[in-house]
Amino acid sequence: MKKLKLKQLKGWLYLLPALLFLGFFMVYPLADVLVYSAEEGYNFASQSFFGYGLYNFKYVLRDPFFLQALKNTFIIVIITVPISTGLALLISLKLHSIKPLKEAFQTIYFLPYVTNTLAVGLVFMILFKKTAYSDGLINLLIKAFGGSAVDFIDGPYWAKLFVMCFYTIWVVMPFKILILTSALAGVNEDYYKAARIDGTRKFRIFYKITLPMISPMIFYLIITGFIGAFKAYSDEVAIFGTNLNAAGMNTIVGYVYDMLYGNSGGYPSYASAASLILFAIVFTITVINLLISKGNARA
Amino acid sequence: MKVVLKNLTKKFPSRDKKSKAEVTAVDNFDFEIPSGMLIGLLGPSGCGKSTTLNMISGLEAPTSGRIFFGDEDVTDVAPENRGIGLVFQNYALYPHLTVHDNIIFPLQNLRGKDKLSKEEMDKRALEVAKLVQIEDYMERKPSELSGGQQQRVAIARALIKTPLVLLLDEPLSNLDARLRLQTREEIKRIQQKTGVTTIFVTHDQEEAMSISDLIVVMKDGKLQQIGKPQSVYDEPANFFVAKFLGTPAINTFEGEVKDGFLYIGKDKVLKADRLSDRKVFVGIRPEGFVIDEKGPFKCELKAVEVMGRDTSVVSTHEGMLSSSIRSIIASEDRPDANLKEISFSLKPSKVHLFDKETEERLLF
Repeated sequence: MKKLKLKQLKGWLYLLPALLFLGFFMVYPLADVLVYSAEEGYNFASQSFFGYGLYNFKYVLRDPFFLQALKNTFIIVIITVPISTGLALLISLKLHSIKPLKEAFQTIYFLPYVTNTLAVGLVFMILFKKTAYSDGLINLLIKAFGGSAVDFIDGPYWAKLFVMCFYTIWVVMPFKILILTSALAGVNEDYYKAARIDGTRKFRIFYKITLPMISPMIFYLIITGFIGAFKAYSDEVAIFGTNLNAAGMNTIVGYVYDMLYGNSGGYPSYASAASLILFAIVFTITVINLLISKGNARA
Repeated sequence: MKVVLKNLTKKFPSRDKKSKAEVTAVDNFDFEIPSGMLIGLLGPSGCGKSTTLNMISGLEAPTSGRIFFGDEDVTDVAPENRGIGLVFQNYALYPHLTVHDNIIFPLQNLRGKDKLSKEEMDKRALEVAKLVQIEDYMERKPSELSGGQQQRVAIARALIKTPLVLLLDEPLSNLDARLRLQTREEIKRIQQKTGVTTIFVTHDQEEAMSISDLIVVMKDGKLQQIGKPQSVYDEPANFFVAKFLGTPAINTFEGEVKDGFLYIGKDKVLKADRLSDRKVFVGIRPEGFVIDEKGPFKCELKAVEVMGRDTSVVSTHEGMLSSSIRSIIASEDRPDANLKEISFSLKPSKVHLFDKETEERLLF
C-alpha cells in the first residue's frame, strides 16, 4: 500500500513540469479570460472595475462591429469549409490516379502551405487590387471578356467577400490535399482489385469503397477546417490591412484583437467576452460534427 | 470448366531503372487444368505463382501466350466478364459493410436484365452463406469475425455469382496452425459440393499435398511438374521438386554410380545397373531408411527423437549435403540412443537419383 503511494507520488513528480507549464500558460489564462469577461466597467489604466455581471456579453452582442465580424466569420466558414474540402477531395482523387509527374504535381499543390500568408496576400493584391496604374490582373481578364472592372479590395461587400473566400480556400487546400492523398494511398489496393473483379462501376467504387475508407480523414478535415475558419484573422489582414472594421471585413478573432490592442484598444473585458462567445460557437459546432461522424461510423 | 494455359509468359520491367533487363515472372507456361478439380499452385515465394493466378483472373495481362476457359479464349476478356471468383490473401472484405452486404456486393453491381430483386439477392446470399456456414453472422462486421470466418465470407462473396473458376491466393497463410487444418478441409468440402474448378496458390507444400487433386510445382517462373500429389511425391521430376515436397524434407547426398552400383561416400548402398558411371545427387526420403545391422549405409548416430507414433533418428554421413540426416523409423524399432554408429539398408523406391548437371531425375 505504502509502495503504491510512493509510486503514485513519483508519477505526479514526473508530470509536474508539464502540469506547471500547462497551468501557467493554459489554465491560468483561460480562468483569467473568464474572470475578465465578468468584470463590468473594467478600467485598464487604474485596473479597477465596478462589479461582476454579464454586461460585457450584452455590450459585445449589441456592438455592430461585432455583429459584422460574426456575420463575416460565419459566411467564410459556411462557404470555404465545404468548398475547400470538396475541391481538395477532387484534386486528391485525380492526383492519386495519375502516374507520371505525380510527385511534381503533389509538390506544386503543396507549395501554398509553406508560403508565408503575407507574401500570398501580396500576390492576391496584384491579382485583385485596383490602383491608379492598374486595375489588377483579374479586372483585366473581366474587361477582356467584356465586363466592367470591380474593385475587389475597396469595393462592394460581395466582391471583398469573394476575394476573402477565394483566398481562404486557396490557403487551406494544400494541407487537405496532403492529408487526403495520403489517406487514399493508404487504402489497400486489394479492395479495388476485388471491386474490379466484381465489375463494380467507377462511381460505385468511389461511393461504396473509397469514401467510407477515407471518411475518418474527411471528418478530421471538416472539424479542423471549421475550427480554423472560425479563427480566421491573419488572412484578412494580409488582404485588407489592419483596419478591418473600416473595410467591413473583420472577423471574431479580429474583433478580439482590436478590443485588446487596436485603435480602440484597452478593453480586455469585451475582448474576453467576445472570445468566450467564439469558444461557445466552435465548441457547439465541433460537438455536432463529432456526433454526426460517430453516427456515420455506426451506420 | 477446364482451364488451359498456352505458352503463358509474363515479363516485368526491372525494378532497377538503369538496367533494361526484364524480369520473367512466368516463363512459357503450358498446361491444362481439368474441369471440376482442386488445383494447388505450389512454389517458393517469388516463383511466379501469384502472377499466374492474376493472369488467370485477368487482373494482369500476359506478355504473351493465351488463356482458355473451356474452348473460349479469355486472354483479352476483362476480369468481370470472365466468370471468376477471387479470394485475396488478406480477404479484402469491405470493413464498413456487414457480412451480408459484403456477400451481395457483387450482385449489386449487376445492371440491366441481370439486375436482381432485393429478395433474390437475400435468398442467394443465405444459400451461399449456408454453404460456407456463416449464416449466423450475417449482420456482423468483418472486424467482429475470426480469421477463419472472414475467410469463409470472402469465399462466399467469390462464389455468389456462381463463377466458372474459383481462385484463391494463399488462402490459409493468414490463419493460425489449428484453423489452417480446419479451413483447408473446409475449402475441400466447399469445392466438392459446388464442383467449381478451383485453383489455389500456396508456398506450403503440406497444404497443397493435403487437399489438391493435382499440384503444379513452380520455380523461378518455370513449371517443374504437374501431377497427383502422391505421384509428384513418389516420382519427383527433378532435384528441386524432391527437395520442396515432404516434411521432414528429403535427405540429400552427393553420390556416384560406379560399375552398376550407387556409392554414397565409401558405402555401396544400392544396385543401379541401368545407369552408366557418373556423379549424381541422391535424395532419400526419411521413410526410406530401415535399421539393419548388416545394412550397407553406415552413419554416425547423433540423436533419437521420440514422437509417439514413430521415431526420428538424426545421424550424419560423409556424403550428405545438409547438416544432418533425418530418418523416420517405426517406434518399435527404436535404436539405442547411446550407440555411436547405426547402419541402414535403403528402400529403393524411396531413393531418387538426379543428374548432377541438369538435376533431372535418373531412373536406376
